[in-house]
Amino acid sequence: MAIAVLYFAWVRESVGCGEESVDPPESVRTVSDLIVWLRERSDGHAQALEDMGRLRAAIDQNFVPLDAELGAAREVAIFPPVTGG
Amino acid sequence: MIRVSVQPAPIELGVEVAALEERGAGGVATFTGVVRGDDGVTELMLEHYPGMTEAALVGIAEAALARWDLMGVTIVHRVGPMVPGDRIVFVGTAASHRREALESCAYLIDRLKTDAPFWKREKLGSESRWVDARGSDADAAGRWE
Repeated sequence: MAIAVLYFAWVRESVGCGEESVDPPESVRTVSDLIVWLRERSDGHAQALEDMGRLRAAIDQNFVPLDAELGAAREVAIFPPVTGG
Repeated sequence: MIRVSVQPAPIELGVEVAALEERGAGGVATFTGVVRGDDGVTELMLEHYPGMTEAALVGIAEAALARWDLMGVTIVHRVGPMVPGDRIVFVGTAASHRREALESCAYLIDRLKTDAPFWKREKLGSESRWVDARGSDADAAGRWE
């Protein structure tokens, strides 16, 4: 099933877009699986998603750890640690 | 009771504080974050995750209401371009007594730092850089667990 993937901050800049629709294979079960799979899409993706330790994620607009199962996720966001306030 | 706003417009301090005072509480505590001009920063750009940001701030406000006896909680965060001296964030609480107001105000800003999807980008003249998250912010949020 198609998932909307959103990128923010330097992840967005490096990937080259803020949002894309992807249809990963069934073997992609967790957020970290998805990140590894997305690296193959372009050099920009590979660069942005290279270091898992610098990435955080949300599923359907809720923060999740990278080992969270995608389940029936419709929207997955990948971004750096937040710096508001 | 809860007011949350994520806005490009400047934060009107007097309006926000007056609205909290009108809750009829005995005390109002507030925190205002201001864009720093140190290190030669000339502009600050705030990016956020529309939809999730508002929901995250409401969640933080609801958690404060569950923990303290409050009559009002306000969180206003500015987004888009700002310059040093601009207000970037305002949090305020209204309660019957100072302790609840002050503690819950500190809780709100500590949790906002780590639990809301905002990202800062600093401009220094012609150069710009994304601001790195600080471990001390995670420590500050962790003290409320």
